[in-house]
Amino acid sequence: MGEMDQMKKEAEGLKSQIEAARKAAADTTLADAASGVAPAPRVQLKTRKTLKGHLAKIYAMHWATDCRLMVSASQDGKLIIWDAFSGNKINAVPLKSSWVMTCAYAPSGNLVASGGLDNMCTVYNLKTPVVKTVKELDAHTGYLSCARFLSDTEILTASGDTTCALWDIETGKQKTVFLNHVGDCMCLALSPDMNMFISGACDSLAKLWDIRDGTCKQTFQGHTSDINAISFFPSGNAVVTGSDDCTCKMYDLRSDQEVISYQDAQLNSGVTSLALSVSGRLIFAGYDDFNCNIWDSLKGEKVGVLSGHDNRVSCTGVPQDGMCVCTGSWDSFLKIWN
Amino acid sequence: MTINALNQNGFQREQMPCLTKMERMIVAMQDPDMGMKMRNQRLLITVIPHAMTGIDIVEWLIQKYSICEEEALHLGNLLVKFGYIYPLREPRNLCLKPDESPYRFQTPYYWTTTCWPATELDYAIYLAKKNIRKQGELIEYEKESYNALHKRINHTWDFVVMQAREQLRASKQRRKADRIVLECQEQAYWLVNRPPPGVMNVLEQGPERKNNLNTRVQLNAEFYKKEIEQNRRGIGRNRVKSSICLESFVKFCEQYQAHDPIMQGSLPSNPWITDDIMFWNMNSDTVAMPTKLRVERWSFSFMELLNDPLGRKELLRYLEKEFSAENLCFWQACEDVRHGETSKIPEKVDEVYKQFLAPGASRWVNIDSKTMEKTLEGIKRPHRFVLDDAQLHIYFLMKKDSYPRYLKSDLYKNLLAKAIVPQETKKSVFPFMRRQRHSSPSPALVPSGGEDDGKAKSSGAAPTKINSSS
Repeated sequence: MGEMDQMKKEAEGLKSQIEAARKAAADTTLADAASGVAPAPRVQLKTRKTLKGHLAKIYAMHWATDCRLMVSASQDGKLIIWDAFSGNKINAVPLKSSWVMTCAYAPSGNLVASGGLDNMCTVYNLKTPVVKTVKELDAHTGYLSCARFLSDTEILTASGDTTCALWDIETGKQKTVFLNHVGDCMCLALSPDMNMFISGACDSLAKLWDIRDGTCKQTFQGHTSDINAISFFPSGNAVVTGSDDCTCKMYDLRSDQEVISYQDAQLNSGVTSLALSVSGRLIFAGYDDFNCNIWDSLKGEKVGVLSGHDNRVSCTGVPQDGMCVCTGSWDSFLKIWN
Repeated sequence: MTINALNQNGFQREQMPCLTKMERMIVAMQDPDMGMKMRNQRLLITVIPHAMTGIDIVEWLIQKYSICEEEALHLGNLLVKFGYIYPLREPRNLCLKPDESPYRFQTPYYWTTTCWPATELDYAIYLAKKNIRKQGELIEYEKESYNALHKRINHTWDFVVMQAREQLRASKQRRKADRIVLECQEQAYWLVNRPPPGVMNVLEQGPERKNNLNTRVQLNAEFYKKEIEQNRRGIGRNRVKSSICLESFVKFCEQYQAHDPIMQGSLPSNPWITDDIMFWNMNSDTVAMPTKLRVERWSFSFMELLNDPLGRKELLRYLEKEFSAENLCFWQACEDVRHGETSKIPEKVDEVYKQFLAPGASRWVNIDSKTMEKTLEGIKRPHRFVLDDAQLHIYFLMKKDSYPRYLKSDLYKNLLAKAIVPQETKKSVFPFMRRQRHSSPSPALVPSGGEDDGKAKSSGAAPTKINSSS
């Protein structure tokens, strides 16, 4: 075993060198850089709509690009397509497996996808007279924790088998498999220019991947527990993560390091989901303690709370036009705030 | 969430923080001075001591926390669902009825907060006891569980039956009233920890997860070799100074603040607040005249212009005047190849070649010879990314050359001047009553010089004068 220990030591040694290089690039802190910025005033958002219809825990939701429709997935075995504005249910798609953990809306609005403990990602066509299953993407050996469409022909998935994959929906095959995480992958997010994506996993690392060549470009550490939520800062140059260690962190891609940690001594529940406002100034983070806290991304301060759910906030989403925030909870309701 | 909540760096994550809060409430309810008034309740022929009615609970909550009845009922329901209070009548229906129905506090031994793992063994013993006590007392789902457990832990079944018999024998030596109380408590505990089908499991935390400590990835020599390689590359990467990076975030937030409806409201109004969809109509893809904010946004970055279909249309008009429209058309055709159907790729690539790349093509694009050579070679075996290099070259050409000139052009400047600044929606039902039509009563606005009247006036916004309401 001497050889393995040596390799381990070498890998660790290189890691320390990377840390040193990062320190060298860190010539200022976000607190200093944002010192001239006025603090965001206390944000008091009200519930504008409550979407009732699910009969069990809601695990995921995703806005459509038209900013009015959305899809939600619940362990009652249904995907519901909502016109969130009117509160009407456009479609209720029955799922083969009720243990769903994620759902996604395609940018075109034609397709939705779901997946969970069945290890599969199922893609549905919403535009046929009756909602039909287009493909069942079956190759992961662990649960499906997150899925995101790139277009009507490609979809990215993150799985409990520690891999992420890019699929060709037409053929139903995996085109690229992204291997590098050591723990279950829990979340992923696409970069604004769609050339990269980031993933968060139970090994407490966030990784940046090049979609085209399938390689891991950067790894960000700092969390001490599972990363459950991840998102790009709207400029595409930073990444925000939420973790079971009760903190959110922002990592900068260009200086390759953690920039700030959003935490509070009184907050001792894990972060389950997060979403950013259009300017990136506000971070909406859903927690285990039934609340969604609002953070000022530049100042690192809590500026508001969305309270109203009876159980864990499992998913959060801001539509493309940034008009509101949607929270979904294990209490089976979705709330729109603004 | 993972059961293995790591305790590193002093951050101990609390499992289900709602439980400690409920516990505090329950303790307050049992305070001898300020707590609930208890009485004896008759249950059939037996008298159960220390019980209270549903309505008592609701009233106590209303009084103690100064809340309304709806909220008190809601809170009380949660206390019952999580097993801190249980009903004596209809024990399997875990909900709070605001009437004379009797309820009792669960004994701390069975409190959910103790997170005592309710193991299969314990459940088996409980079911076995029920079965022995009275044949046929097990309900359908309990019978199924019992049979399933019998199969699964068959090797310890003798122990299960022995324990069950022992516990029953011990309980027979208690007074009847006590025995009934203990049975009720145990039943309530199992209803929370093993809910009947159809009832939501309040204690469920999601599937078990694998991490560094129990990973399924083989941490072998191959793995460490890859780690070393990756780290070596990591050392060599170029790291931009933090000062530059962080400055860019600050600038970005500032620039986009006026475009962030949650931070700064939106005109004519936010549809989610006013139920008026005017905003969406005015900003649709096919609108004849765009809003000023939208046209301004095109100047933030080339991506903003390209991502907006209206922006692309305008750019095309400009490029046509400059006789370089083929660049944008080529870029769009490449996008179509990249994101379109796999089966259509070969024919699309062929079309692109004929129109844009072939010598003497009608819309020939000016790519450097090296990229052209590589692309022409690549399209012999067309795939989704074969046009990437060429597309990138044209993208940068437009970004560096056409885009800045477009922003300085009359076409753009005129559009910006003519662009609409929506009037704030003034829909009054009664002429003397003005309903507030902009963002929430306390919107997230940057206060500027003491002005706190809720209007959007800040450095980055379009120079509009919004009529102030009185």
